[in-house]
Amino acid sequence: MIISSTRNSRNPLNNLDVVSVFVYLILVVWGIMSIYSASYNVENPKPFYDFSSFAGKQFIFALTAIGLIILVFLLDYRLFEDFAYIFYALSILLLIAVVLFGKVVKGQQNWIQIGPVSMQPTEFAKLGVSLALARFLGAPGSKLTDKKIWLGIGIIFIIPALLILKQGDYGSLMVFVLLELALYREGMPFWVITLQIVIAILFVLSLLIKPVYLAFGLFFVFVAITGVMLLIRRKVERSEWIVLIAGFLLAAMFVVSVPKIFAKLKKYHQERIMVLLDEDAVDKKGGAYYNLQQSKIAIGSGGFWGKGFLEGTQTKYDFVPEQHSDFIFCTVGEEFGWAGSFLVIVLFMILLFRVVMIAERQRSRFARIYGYCVASIFFAHFAFNLSMTVGLFPTIGVPLPFMSYGGSSLWSFTLMLFILLKLDMHRNRLFSRD
Amino acid sequence: MEGERGSEKRFVFYAIFGFVGLTLLIRLFIMQVLEDKYQESAEANAIQKQTVYPDRGLIFDRNGKLIVYNEPVYDLMVIPREARLPDTMEFCRLFGISKQEFIDKIKAIRAVAPEGVFFSQLSKVDFAKVQEKLSDFPGFYVSRRTVRVYTSNAMANALGYIAEISPEELKRDSSQYYRPGDYVGKSGIEASYEYYLRGEKGVRYQLKNRFNQVVGSYQNGQLDKPAIAGENLISSVDIELQKYGEALMVNKTGAIVAIEPQTGEILALITSPSYNPNLLVGDDFKKNFASISRHPDLLLFNRATQSAYPPGSTFKTVQALIGLQNGVLNDTLRLPCNWSLVKCHPHPYWTTPQTSIQYSCNPFYYQTFRKIVHQKGESFEALQAGYKQWREQVLKFGFGRKLGVDIADEGSGSIPQVERFNKMYKNNWNFSNIYSLSIGQGEMGVTLLQMANLACIIANKGYYYIPHLIKSIGKSGKPLPQYQVRHSVGIDEKHFEPIIKGMAGAFKAGTVGPMAQVVNLYAGDICAKTGTVQNPHGEDHSTFIAFAPCDNPKIAIAVYVENAGFGGIWAATIASLMMQKYLKDTTKVKIQPWQVGRIEATEKMVLEKVFNRRELLRLDSIRKAEKRKQDSIKAILRKKEQEEEIYDDNQLNPQ
Repeated sequence: MIISSTRNSRNPLNNLDVVSVFVYLILVVWGIMSIYSASYNVENPKPFYDFSSFAGKQFIFALTAIGLIILVFLLDYRLFEDFAYIFYALSILLLIAVVLFGKVVKGQQNWIQIGPVSMQPTEFAKLGVSLALARFLGAPGSKLTDKKIWLGIGIIFIIPALLILKQGDYGSLMVFVLLELALYREGMPFWVITLQIVIAILFVLSLLIKPVYLAFGLFFVFVAITGVMLLIRRKVERSEWIVLIAGFLLAAMFVVSVPKIFAKLKKYHQERIMVLLDEDAVDKKGGAYYNLQQSKIAIGSGGFWGKGFLEGTQTKYDFVPEQHSDFIFCTVGEEFGWAGSFLVIVLFMILLFRVVMIAERQRSRFARIYGYCVASIFFAHFAFNLSMTVGLFPTIGVPLPFMSYGGSSLWSFTLMLFILLKLDMHRNRLFSRD
Repeated sequence: MEGERGSEKRFVFYAIFGFVGLTLLIRLFIMQVLEDKYQESAEANAIQKQTVYPDRGLIFDRNGKLIVYNEPVYDLMVIPREARLPDTMEFCRLFGISKQEFIDKIKAIRAVAPEGVFFSQLSKVDFAKVQEKLSDFPGFYVSRRTVRVYTSNAMANALGYIAEISPEELKRDSSQYYRPGDYVGKSGIEASYEYYLRGEKGVRYQLKNRFNQVVGSYQNGQLDKPAIAGENLISSVDIELQKYGEALMVNKTGAIVAIEPQTGEILALITSPSYNPNLLVGDDFKKNFASISRHPDLLLFNRATQSAYPPGSTFKTVQALIGLQNGVLNDTLRLPCNWSLVKCHPHPYWTTPQTSIQYSCNPFYYQTFRKIVHQKGESFEALQAGYKQWREQVLKFGFGRKLGVDIADEGSGSIPQVERFNKMYKNNWNFSNIYSLSIGQGEMGVTLLQMANLACIIANKGYYYIPHLIKSIGKSGKPLPQYQVRHSVGIDEKHFEPIIKGMAGAFKAGTVGPMAQVVNLYAGDICAKTGTVQNPHGEDHSTFIAFAPCDNPKIAIAVYVENAGFGGIWAATIASLMMQKYLKDTTKVKIQPWQVGRIEATEKMVLEKVFNRRELLRLDSIRKAEKRKQDSIKAILRKKEQEEEIYDDNQLNPQ
């Protein structure tokens, strides 16, 4: 391909979504600053350019990420669709390699060492699955109303899901679950999502209320619903009776069995959930309580304007676990206060809205589905990460996109975003294939 | 277009994003802006990380006597950020400071670090006061550390001292072990065995409530790491011998080194004048260091290991050994005492290698050294080659280079290279330019440690172990590996016989004076070589090397007394007293009846003798001052007498 014309309209960079790039850059730079602050040793300060420190390494990761961006821009835009299954296969191979040779860090086996470089293939699997899903669903003639298509979707999801489950990385597993948002956009009925929300609510309620009482409560809800239906319509169809009674029985069974399921979970998982619901029920000297408490104290003590860059006291000790990676937001909250938190959330909002907008303006189904996958993954990471640091969600180890320390996650998020921007640059020349 | 279908669902996405974003913002607003409990928790600093300092290793002498140990002291620390006293006046009253002092101090600490020492080394009374009231003063806490205590005033320079780590040392510390304010060994044993002595720091995490009271340990102490004390060291020094030697050297400038020949263990390492090590401890360090380090007598200069002295006649033993080894001398070869070559003193005209040592004949060694350097011919090139070979052989004895003793303050001395003479005399020099080296003078310098090592080499008949001060580290029971290696000097054992006989003769009926002979327990069982070093700046230096007993040496010694004149008198006497003391303490030798009282008398003479120029001047000035005082008294008396006369004259009009 020769750049045949100097006319601006032919320059693909003209179609680059500058807003997304701008937000991306701010988040990455802010991330490096926060990592520097989080690993800053008051007694023995190291300069920022010390490349043995976390901040120095992240800076190098960011530089190499720029290299990746240039590579993505230089490649042919059609390549991503054509090679989608190959990317997927590669990421699955890496996941298998992790299960076979990976090293165990903090109860999770999700690291693999290749020469001097260690990486987390789970992060790249998210990209592989998104590309494969977009290719598969975007193929001509495939519709979600078609029962057979669900088999394919199931296979695309189930292989990485099982491998990630084997690694014990529940955070990433939940990110995969949120990919169903993209399916919803493509026609999956909303009640599937509603059902999951109901199950989640029942789960939480049954931990708070004795299951027997809850079952009675459910019975009253059932009676109320049928009563209302009888009052309004005077008649309930036979099929409706079956759905209502089956629903009630299943819900009651679920509620009663929750304590048994809960007991089967690992001790630290139980604690991470209980610490949100009932602080008094948790061992105050246990790790889960203190980790969350330290995270909340760090953020909460930031006030409105924060304590200032490098002035945070809580994140300087090593009590907030993973304060440079998963809990990086603690540093933002402590040092830049509510104003800083507000800015970070607004930046993410801009990015998420933007990604959905970009996805929606694509003419090819592949690009659009891929865009929604990216939006779902970014949203899942953003929502899980922030709600866990402020104590609204159990602690699951997912990084905050672009800001958390880690080469694998920074590279994979960068690739996700810039592959979408690359596709977007060529949106006018992409025509739907069906 | 197909894409248009379902595009309205994007609003569901916007709604979900917006809902989550808003929820988070509200939650954060409640946490950060509305609630103060997190702020309070942060201020109370619920968890405090404290470094637990390990006890520094102890140092014992070779007989198990404690030389250095630690004593706890308490510092009152402050974290200015958290120091918000409800009643500053009460605090100031308690410690007897003014409010302004309090503010200044906090400001000074705040300027440099997040926390710092408010009062260091609290007295026990103050500590008790603080302990009780500490809960009233948030941001203040007491930190325990230890200071070094020395059981005697001896061995200061060999032990070295510890002090706060300097910024440069901190920068060089690649192990990340040290923090500003940590103490680190700066010289002597404290510096070279720092790695073993320092131990390992521990960490303690404590839970505190809002009132700064410790409520318990964090996670039941699972994360705590106890400090591991440093390793104890056993020194090879006999502290009693060391003290004795230091006493003998009072008011004299110089040094003594005593070594056990079979092992290279240093029995005493004395430099004089020295300082009291307890003056450089803890807070006193700042007070005293300047005056000690800038003292005109160079109190921190280790004359035993750093000073390059000319060895004088003691070096003749090396010349004789090299001559015998190279075949230019043999046991029966006799050389004349020809005063036209170099000055000498009266003794039998013809001497063999053995008797030349006994009488310390200068012309003998002029001729020997000439033979050694000219053994390849008379030309200039042959002289250079011969000199080079000779220098190599001398270096094997440990001269002209650092021996590698286990303290860093070691000099190398110097044996000049050929190139130095070439440069000095512009490639035009001959034996007459370097002949002073034959009798250990001229361009050469050696440390007293090297001289003591020479005594060891002769005592061992040809080998040595690198002298060292620490014979055992921790539980290993061994010194560092380099001190377990035997070094040969490349001289055949048989060549040592005439030298040792000569040295025995020197003590019995040679150059050693009668005062030193008095203290000889075995009457003739000490082997020795004296040295009198000409000093262009003043009185000659007195030096002496020896070992005893001759047949089975237990101690080798070298003594150097500056400006003390003939080596056979003062240096020999001090060395002999040292040896008799050590042998008396370690062997079953009894004092001979004729010696009773004489040894004590000799000791007394040595103790009273003054060879320190400054001390002499001081004594002079005291004498002068006394004279002046007496003069002035006399003058006053005389004046009074006169006044009385005047008074008598003017009785009627007294003023």
